[in-house]
Amino acid sequence: MEGLAIPLNHVLIVALLLFITGLAGLMFRRNVIFMLMALEVMLNSAGLAFVAAGTAWQQADGQVIFMLILAVAAAEVSVGLGLVLQIQRRFRTLDMDQAKRLNS
Amino acid sequence: MLNNVWLVPLLPFISSVLLILFGRQLPRKLIATMGAGSVGFAAALVLIVGLQFMQSQTSYTVHLWSWMQIGDFSPNFSFYIDQLTIVMMSIITGVGFLIHLYSTEFMQDDSDYSRYFAYMNMFVAAMLILVLADNLLLLYLGWEGVGVCSYLLVGFWYQDPANGAASRKAFVVTRVGDTAMALGLLLLFTELRTLEIQAMLDAANTAWGIGDTIPTIAALLLLGGAVGKSAQLPLHTWLPDAMAGPTPVSALIHAATMVTAGVYLIARTHGLFILAPGVLMLVAVIGLATLLIAAFTALNQTDIKRILAYSTISQIGYMFLALGVGAWSASVFHLMTHAFFKALLFLAAGAIIHCLHHEHNIFRMGGLRRKLPVVFWSFLIGSAALAALPFTSGFFSKDQILLFAFEHHSSLTLLGFNLGSSIGPWLWAGGLLGALLTAIYSFRLVFIVFFGEAQTEPNNHLGWRMAWPLALLCLLSLIGGWFTLPIASVFPASAEHQVSHLIEGISIAIPLIGVLIAWLVYYKHSLSFSRFTNFSSGQALRRFWKGGWGIDTLYNAMLVSPYVAIASAMRGEWLDKIYHAVVTISVSLHQVLSDSQSGKMRWYIISMVFGLIILVSILGWAN
Repeated sequence: MEGLAIPLNHVLIVALLLFITGLAGLMFRRNVIFMLMALEVMLNSAGLAFVAAGTAWQQADGQVIFMLILAVAAAEVSVGLGLVLQIQRRFRTLDMDQAKRLNS
Repeated sequence: MLNNVWLVPLLPFISSVLLILFGRQLPRKLIATMGAGSVGFAAALVLIVGLQFMQSQTSYTVHLWSWMQIGDFSPNFSFYIDQLTIVMMSIITGVGFLIHLYSTEFMQDDSDYSRYFAYMNMFVAAMLILVLADNLLLLYLGWEGVGVCSYLLVGFWYQDPANGAASRKAFVVTRVGDTAMALGLLLLFTELRTLEIQAMLDAANTAWGIGDTIPTIAALLLLGGAVGKSAQLPLHTWLPDAMAGPTPVSALIHAATMVTAGVYLIARTHGLFILAPGVLMLVAVIGLATLLIAAFTALNQTDIKRILAYSTISQIGYMFLALGVGAWSASVFHLMTHAFFKALLFLAAGAIIHCLHHEHNIFRMGGLRRKLPVVFWSFLIGSAALAALPFTSGFFSKDQILLFAFEHHSSLTLLGFNLGSSIGPWLWAGGLLGALLTAIYSFRLVFIVFFGEAQTEPNNHLGWRMAWPLALLCLLSLIGGWFTLPIASVFPASAEHQVSHLIEGISIAIPLIGVLIAWLVYYKHSLSFSRFTNFSSGQALRRFWKGGWGIDTLYNAMLVSPYVAIASAMRGEWLDKIYHAVVTISVSLHQVLSDSQSGKMRWYIISMVFGLIILVSILGWAN
């Protein structure tokens, strides 16, 4: 592998930062759409770590897992957006702190 | 057939169990058929048994099974039949059937139709076991069974807290007597090693002489039970409150059958009471005191059912008086006639209440003679029998009791005085005063309720199921005294009466004078008690009588209030604080856990993340 070689540690640090950003967004954002986006960020940080590790050890597995994560993320977003629609319809808000009753 | 006498209590018992289990699903028609039909069948069986028994005339024991075996104590589940049992069974099933039939219409609109009949049938079964039992333990089973059914039926309309209080009072007060009776059973068993009534009486006769201490104590304890159940002084306070139950219940339990169980108990164990002449004298005195106090109270009541309740207490007082002077068969005779006419009076009162929107106050009735003629005639006949007017059933039985009382001599001496020799005429005079009061209060009721100005319009009509029992009971109240009960052979023979015609004449005249006084005061208004009650002392006396001679107040002050005070003082005790602390801690823990289930999504995420961090750090630290 010629060219620009980024050390694995740097990539893992970036992935960790991404993951923490996502987790913080999930924990401290109230809007349900932002929470979904934070989830995506977390998934992608994991994907980044996989790709980097795959490259470092010269294995294709990392990229295969990333494809799987993409598929999972797509499925999750479709379900999540459906939930967002329902929440908006039932509670007339997207604030998750307001929507705390299962049976309204 | 005599061997199959167990079918008599079994029929109402099965019906009761079926009604308890499936009553809610059954249609009303079927419930009524089961409830009244089972008792009707039992009555028919009693008729067959009675006819067969009359041919042999010998007492008979039906052994069913051995109940239990504890050391040398082995009571049997067996029934004993003699003339007394036959008479009691006929009253219970015969009058019971009429009251059940009446109830099918009276309770028509009640939502708890099946529960009512389940309790009533259970009561009939327990009462039959009580009178059929051949040993005192089985009798005690029936005794407590009727107590429980009485409790359930007094509090039948339990939504009203007052009814619940009345039923609790009835249960607790009779429990006082029942405890004495249980002690009596224990004493009899430890002394005689058997509880089988006939064997026990024989053993008592050979083991003890007249006036010995142990039979006196045993008789006294049994008397305690009888006094509680039969609502005699000093345990009579529950009966007026027991009127909270439906009126047919009052007719069956609190007039015709259960409250006479005490009379039955003493008559059944009369061999023991003969050995204790002091207790027998006490029975007579209790009877006399109760009949006078209750009669004075009945004179001042305004609630139709309470008047009848006090009159029941008073009439059972007559039965106790008869038992006390050794007039056993006269007592049972009065028990029977009283069952007829008092059931009639209660059912008639129930018909009035049914037709007048649950009105109980006699001063708001008035003028019902033309509007409810059937009820009027029933009530008139019942009152005539109650007041012992000549040739009604009550006349024959009460006359016998008074004659026996007049001739009573007792050899009892107390502290050197011969109490017994001259007590007869005093008992007789007291009984006569009671008879006068009985006539006055029963016809006071008739004149106020059925004559005078109409106050409330009746809005219901009686169906045949209410009218026919009334008519049959009228017939029994009129002619019930013409039979002689074949029970003399059960009891020791009594001497022929040798009283002058003057005494007999007085006994006949007194009730008529009472009716005359009631007519003058409450119909003609030409005579009035107002001159008497205008004085403050007269007023006070009237209030005193109306409140049942202050006995309830006395018990409240003496027993209930101290008990409640002690209970509330014990509430802050340190032992209680431990239990309260347990409660407080679990409540607060529950509060914390319950708050954590807030439903807030972010709260769940945050707690999950922190939980995960803690978990991972524990794992990392452990490795």
